[in-house]
Parts: sequence; structure tokens; C-alpha cells
Amino acid sequence: MTAVTYRQAITRAMADALAADEDVFLLGEDVAAAGGAFKTTEGLFERFGPRRVLDTPISEQAIVGTAIGAAVQGLRPIAEIMFADFAAVCFDGLANELPKYRYMTGGQVSVPVTVRMANGSGGGFAAQHSQPAENWFLNIPGLKIVVPATPADAYGLLRAAVEDPDPVLYFEHKGLFGLRGELPDEPAKVPLGQADVVREGGDVTVVTTQAMRHRAAAAAERLAADGIEIELIDLRTLVPLDLETVVASLDKTNRLVVAQEAPVDGSWGASLVARLMADRFEAFDAPPALVAADDTPVPYAGPLEAEWSPTAERIAETVRRTAAF
Amino acid sequence: MKATQRPRPRSGARAPEDAPERPADPTPDPPLDRQLALLRSMHEIRQFEEVCHRLFAQGVVRGSTHLGQGQEAVSVGACAALREGDTMTCTYRGHAAVLSMGAPLDRTFGEILGKREGLCGGKGGSMHLTDVSVGALGSFAIVGGHLPIACGTAFAARYRETEEVSVCFFGDGATNIGAFHESLNLASIWKLPAIFVCENNLYGEYSPIATTTPIAQLADRADAYGMAKARIDGNDLLEVHRTVAQAARRARAGEGPTLIEALTYRHKGHSRSDPAKYRPAEEVEQWLARDPIALHERALGAAGVERARLDALATEAEQAVAEALERAQGWPDPDPAARFTDVWA
Repeated sequence: MTAVTYRQAITRAMADALAADEDVFLLGEDVAAAGGAFKTTEGLFERFGPRRVLDTPISEQAIVGTAIGAAVQGLRPIAEIMFADFAAVCFDGLANELPKYRYMTGGQVSVPVTVRMANGSGGGFAAQHSQPAENWFLNIPGLKIVVPATPADAYGLLRAAVEDPDPVLYFEHKGLFGLRGELPDEPAKVPLGQADVVREGGDVTVVTTQAMRHRAAAAAERLAADGIEIELIDLRTLVPLDLETVVASLDKTNRLVVAQEAPVDGSWGASLVARLMADRFEAFDAPPALVAADDTPVPYAGPLEAEWSPTAERIAETVRRTAAF
Repeated sequence: MKATQRPRPRSGARAPEDAPERPADPTPDPPLDRQLALLRSMHEIRQFEEVCHRLFAQGVVRGSTHLGQGQEAVSVGACAALREGDTMTCTYRGHAAVLSMGAPLDRTFGEILGKREGLCGGKGGSMHLTDVSVGALGSFAIVGGHLPIACGTAFAARYRETEEVSVCFFGDGATNIGAFHESLNLASIWKLPAIFVCENNLYGEYSPIATTTPIAQLADRADAYGMAKARIDGNDLLEVHRTVAQAARRARAGEGPTLIEALTYRHKGHSRSDPAKYRPAEEVEQWLARDPIALHERALGAAGVERARLDALATEAEQAVAEALERAQGWPDPDPAARFTDVWA
């Protein structure tokens, strides 16, 4: 066991994937000698060389397309899109080619591409470098969506993503790069589609991902002091979605709070609440609550951005109201 | 989760029995018997598309279709210059390109008719014809969307040092979309074994090229990327073949990609809803007089092939197409439950 940062866990996962399989290669902007805009690829170019770690021009469409073409020919590309917001620049590749290629050819090709993107608010990057972009892809069947919150999950999910036979969008939260956690000497892969029950509790089920997991964990401490025990679930992947774990918890607590770093409309939280209300109406003893970000672009100034996404206090307040209903 | 390594597709593995045989290493100028086979191939494709046109008119085919009668020499000539293992990507106007790679006529009809035995099991249709087993890696219906993918297939060849090349067909309209420029730039700086074949049929959908593009010769776009270029008569089968064979040779030798502008003309409109009234009558007439099949027949005649032999090829092609259609029409529809498969590997 060593304590590593979320960033180091990602680097280690790529190093191990490159070492394990000659078909794995890495491409993106400044990922080679520069080590990546977020230093997530540091040391990989030195270790694996220019054949397998490739700098590209600032050409997101070319990055994604090259990854797709290489993947259908049997390689396993890891493509880095520097900021998740830039997914909009190559949306055709991500929305029309990557997820549909297999389907529209009747299964003649597999497209084992992993696209890594730095995601999320909190760093003062303002509106065009801060939007948690994972929700953009929810309505596109054919994409797996991975949203790790801890170093161990960042490692394990990335290894699983690279080995997965299907396209995977892997979102790295910028606010978590410095987060430290334990990583075993031989870290485990984490299967896609298995939520993590972070904390057990009988009063309210709280479902989260990424930064919200950590804010909800802080809220849980305050709530426990007031005698409210939450069951904290980190989904880890949005597609596949581990509904089973959420339902099992809801059946136990009969109360649901979802906390997400995104506005409500078209989000995974809104889908989850709607689905559970439709399918499990009888399980609820209180209306489900969705603690969401404001319905605005992400603002720049510190005090503005701090209030944009759900704070631990807002999560705690919502849980209190739900528990008291 | 255990990863499953998919075997790399091999071109030519399932070519139809009567398809023209692809030589191991095509010479710039094909021998006469090969030239005859390519004439037959053009006839088959022409006939195939005439039948498609009729089927659409009868309402038995869904959605839209994009026919390429008049442009056959580009795809037939280019694909004939490839080796086994080379790959091809193309556009929604891709019937000819996919058939040129050796996709069987019947399963191609089957796909357009939405049949279970269609190339893609009825999930793709006219705009997404794909036969990986012959190297036809996909037909893409977003203008320019497949050029980056062609970079990727070329990249894979270089990564594995296979000497395979990646041919990418697209229309003149695609030269104004961002993906074209990103792809040519990347292919050039990485010296990828790619051949970009622009089928310049003078119209981007309904708009004449001069109203959308400030340069007269699209091949000149290559200059901006330090890329080799060629501007050729796309209706001259042998010129196309020669040019692509040379580009392939360069690509295999590690000398990088080529942009080929093949001037040609579609006899019909952009899609089935387009009668193409925007084109001047004289222009259409001029190009019809330069029909690639007639031009190639003339060349073969000059080389001493008798008229009767040429006519026999046309008849054989017509028969092959009719038989293929009959087979395809007899196949069952896909099971409705099939819509749930092939989303995930």
C-alpha cells in the first residue's frame, strides 16, 4: 500500500495498461514530452517512447477519429481530450461515429476506444473549461461513461476501460487530481457498472459521483452528529448504471437524495429520480430530492463558483428535510 | 473484465466467386484481362444502381439513397489498385466503393432492402454499407466524418508495420468541413499511409463548387499540408488506377499520404428527392458523352478487344445483378429482437 494522488493513480493505470498490452497507445495534445496539461501522462513518453505516446495537433476531431480507426483495426487507443468541454469540438466523432459504428455495421467492428477528459468545476477555469460534460452523452446509446472519485477507482476503472471492448468516456475530475488515497502495490481493476457503497446507513440514501461523493461524505459527518445516518453511494459509472445497488439501498432507507455537479435538465440525477419514482413508487416515504448545480454556465470568481455546485451544507440541509418528511 | 482481441480484418477473404480477382501487387497499368474484369465491375455497379433507383421509385426501400452513376471509374479504378489487407472508408454515396472492394452484390442489395442477410443485418442500410471481410470498413453519412477514421486505420497499419494503406473516398463538399483539414494535417505530419480520394462531381449536394470554394482546383488543398497531390480525370479508369497505385506505393514506402482529386460527374441528382434541375443541360450532355464505361470500352476497343466481347461483359453483369436481386428479395426480414444486439460487443 502506498498513498498516491488521483493524478498519480491515473498515470499508473496508463503505464500498466501500456506495459500489459502492446496494442495500447496514447494520443492527445501535449501528452508526450510535456506530460499532459494536467501532468497525468508524466513519464510515459520517456518510458514507452514516441511510437506509443503521441502528441497531436490541436485537432480534437482528428484525435477521436484516429482513435476510432485504430480501434477497429484491433488497437486499443487511449485518447486524451484536454478539457471535457472540448468534447463539443469533436462531438461528431463522439456522438455519431464512436457509439454507432458497431451498431450500424451489424456488429462487424468493435471500437475499444477510451477517451479521457478532464472534467468539472471548482478550479477557477470559468465557463468554457469547467462544465461537467458527462451528461451530454447520456442520451447516446453505445457509450460507457466512467466517473471515478478516488485514486483506487481512478486506477481500477481506467484499467477496466482500456480493456473493455466498447467505447468508454472516462471523466477525470480536475478538483480531485490532488486527492490522496491508498493504492495497493498490485492494484485491482474495478469492473464497469458496480457502484460503491461508501458509507452504510439506514435513514437516507444519498447517490453521488466524483466531487459530490466527497462533499456528501463531509455532510454525512455533520448529519451523524445530529443522529441522521446516510447510506452514501458513489455510482462510479453512469453507463452501465448499477441500479440494483441504488434500489437495494432505497428499499432499506425509503428516502432518496441525489447530489450532482450539474444542472437538473438532461442529467443523470434527473433520470435516476424519474426512473425510481416510476418503477419503485411504493418504496418512497418522502419525495426524492435532487441537489443540483445552478442553471447557469459555471462562473469565474471564487465566491460565485463556490456556490454554483452543491455544497456539503446544501446536501446536509436537503438530507435533513428529506429525513424529517 | 477480460478483453477480447478481435482478429484484424483481412481484405478479400470473402470476395464473391465471380468478382474480379485482385492481384497480389497491382501494377500501375493492369493487364488486358484485368481491364476487362474491371469493365465488368463497372457494368455491375451501374446496373446495381439502376436497380436501386427503380426500387426506390417503387417505394420498397426506406429513407434516402445517394446514387453515383457516372462516377464508377473512380472507385473501381482506385480499389483495383489496392492489395489484400488494404482498407477503404467511404461516404453515404458508397454503393460503388463497397462493391469495388468485393462486397457481394446480393448481400449489398440485402442491406439496402433491410434484410437479415444484408451486409449489416439490416441495421445500416444504403448509407452505411460495410463489409469488413473485404476491407470495406464503413460508409459514413456525416460529411467528412470518416476522414479522421481513415487516419486511424492508416495509423494502425504503420503502428504494426504492415505496409497496408488506407483509402478514403469523399466528395468535393467535404473539403470545406473541419474534419478534412484536421485529417490531412495529421496524416501529413505523421506521414500516414493514407490516400485521400476526392470525387469531385462539381456539386456539393445542390450547390456548384464555385459558389462554395474559392479555389479552382481542390487538389491544391494538399499544398497547405505539404502533401503530395494529383488532379486526374476520374472518368478514365486507367488513369485512376495508375494514380492510386503510385500513391499506394509511396504510402507503403513510408513517404506519406496523397490527395487525389478525381474529376467526375454524377448522372443523377444528389439524392432520390433531387431531380438536379440546377445543372445546365449542356454540362450534363458533355459529361454523359464522357461516360466512364463508354470511355473504357473505347480504350479496350482500341487495344483490339472485339465489340462482341465487350457486350458479353455487359450482359453477364446484368444477369449477375438480376440474380443477386432475386436472392436478396427472397431473404427474410430481420427478427424485431435483433434491434437490441450489436450495441455492445
